[in-house]
Amino acid sequence: MKILVCISHVPDTTSKINFTEGDTKFDTNGVQFVINPNDEFGLTRAMWFKEKQGASVDVINVGGPETEPTLRKALAIGADAAIRVNTPATDGYSVAKQLASVVKDGAYDLVIAGRESIDYNGGMVPGMLAKLTDANFVNTCINLEIEGDNVTAIREIDGGKETVSTKLPLVVGGQKGLVEESDLRIPNMRGIMQARSKPLTVKEPVAVSPETTTASFEKPAPKGAVKLVDNVDELIDLLHNEAKVI
Amino acid sequence: MVLVYTESEEGTFKKIAHEAVSYAKGIADMMGTSVTAVSVNGGNSEELGKFGASKVLEISNDKLSKFNADAYADVVAQAAKKEGASVIVLTSSANSKFMAPLVAVNLEAGYVANVTELPTNTSPFQVKHSVFTNKAFAITEITTDTKVIGLGKNAYGLKENETTATTEAFSPELASEDFSVNVVSVDKATDKVTIADAEVVVSGGRGLKGPENWGMIEELAETLGAATACSKPVSDMGWRPHSEHVGQTGKPVASNLYIAIGISGAIQHLAGINSSKVKVVINNDPEAPFFKAADYGIVGDAFEVVPQLNEKLKAFKAQNA
Ligand SMILES: Cc1cc2nc3c(=O)[nH]c(=O)nc-3n(C[C@H](O)[C@H](O)[C@H](O)COP(=O)(O)OP(=O)(O)OC[C@H]3O[C@@H](n4cnc5c(N)ncnc54)[C@H](O)[C@@H]3O)c2cc1C
Repeated sequence: MKILVCISHVPDTTSKINFTEGDTKFDTNGVQFVINPNDEFGLTRAMWFKEKQGASVDVINVGGPETEPTLRKALAIGADAAIRVNTPATDGYSVAKQLASVVKDGAYDLVIAGRESIDYNGGMVPGMLAKLTDANFVNTCINLEIEGDNVTAIREIDGGKETVSTKLPLVVGGQKGLVEESDLRIPNMRGIMQARSKPLTVKEPVAVSPETTTASFEKPAPKGAVKLVDNVDELIDLLHNEAKVI
Repeated sequence: MVLVYTESEEGTFKKIAHEAVSYAKGIADMMGTSVTAVSVNGGNSEELGKFGASKVLEISNDKLSKFNADAYADVVAQAAKKEGASVIVLTSSANSKFMAPLVAVNLEAGYVANVTELPTNTSPFQVKHSVFTNKAFAITEITTDTKVIGLGKNAYGLKENETTATTEAFSPELASEDFSVNVVSVDKATDKVTIADAEVVVSGGRGLKGPENWGMIEELAETLGAATACSKPVSDMGWRPHSEHVGQTGKPVASNLYIAIGISGAIQHLAGINSSKVKVVINNDPEAPFFKAADYGIVGDAFEVVPQLNEKLKAFKAQNA
């Protein structure tokens, strides 16, 4: 089985979010970048398929050279090879188109992406990629088992979960549950050394026009100070008469 | 024409379906056009007229009795083509988010998710949507002829707009590829309010010391008709199910009221609950960061405050029923 894991390069969850150039660009100053958490669960599940079922695992990112340390980290965790499509990730659709071209050329059986990336939260790349490559698609996937061509997956739905069956080729929008937090791997020295000599191929992008363009960013309006109350009667009164939520 | 997908469960429209129609009507008014709703094995179409739909395409098909993203996306895309829709409105439910990218590719339409209000402009077509897990907003232009919009959770509310909805039976053509992912079983608590649907969420953190202390949280939730939620360490330690974990790496909450009990207010937790409208915190540490993010707070011991709050709320509810 040939697996491709999509790796989004995102600000660490503790990052302060600021914008520059007249609020048109994300300010990367002082920001630490990491593997998107949803993707890391998927990558770790892919390692399981590699170790238990002999799958090969490539990782991919669509982005500039600044994302390479994140790809190297994925190699240090255990992926076999990395691909970077050398173009800025402009919108979800153009990223999906770039990925689709690599997936078709590489004849991957399974693509694991994250349910959403924690920066732009679009949640559209996995679904678009599935549609563009005529693969089956399971979103918000929290469990994935594959025997031959047969797939059994569990997906989170509002208020519960649902078991589905399908076949390869498949694209998965993954999240926590694919593996647990305690299964995540911190790269060790050996992994980091090996990662240096694993292939990281830079591919030139295919021609795509984006379907959306972000004009500007805004930060939420500053919040007023908290109202501290001494007793529950006062709280109920405020929630009823002032906030009107009960 | 603005097309809206109206989600239902067992033949009853969900509240988000009403909200989606209200929102679609808002866009239609800006564009000087009307709203057509797509209802798959749905409820009473007249209901959708109340929120502004002037036409309802009713699809009744046993093959669609269980949600299937490919098939449902195909149905919505066919309806959009038939009606010549320029805007398609979906929501942020798990099912909507599953099918929206499929609809977008099918219609060669640009898609923006988590939209927080009516378009800032319809020509060029610009929408505001939340990004960086609610830490910021972006204004994005959709440049394709057809646009797909994912309305954010609880972003617009219900707006009544009495319209007489005409109904039309619609039989889309379903292909065998539409059924290549099949539901084997569904495991869903039907008697509980879900975090996604809840107007009020009561959430507990590590300050509650152990799973045995969740009785008072559940009682408070029951009094308020609320869903229960928790912080990440609480679900990591197995005190509560993973499905209750909210925050940046868990579920987002966009309720009207979020009550945080014994939760410190770490940045990753706040990211997930930022779009809740009113936040109340109960914590015995006045320095807890959550107080900076909350609207109302009580500095106190949860084990005293929560039972009192529950008793008084029950009395309040009895009086105001
Ligand atoms: C990559 C990453 C992702 C993360 N994602 C999430 C996420 O999605 N969601 C999330 O929640 N966290 C997330 N976290 C964890 C987050 O950083 C915090 O550790 C976590 O939110 C703390 O949970 P807590 O508030 O329940 O516990 P604590 O921080 O231990 O806080 C407990 C609080 O309870 C109060 N307390 C104690 N006793 C009482 C009492 N008797 N009465 C009232 N109050 C009392 C204390 O004063 C304290 O403020 C993430 C962390 C990382 C690194």
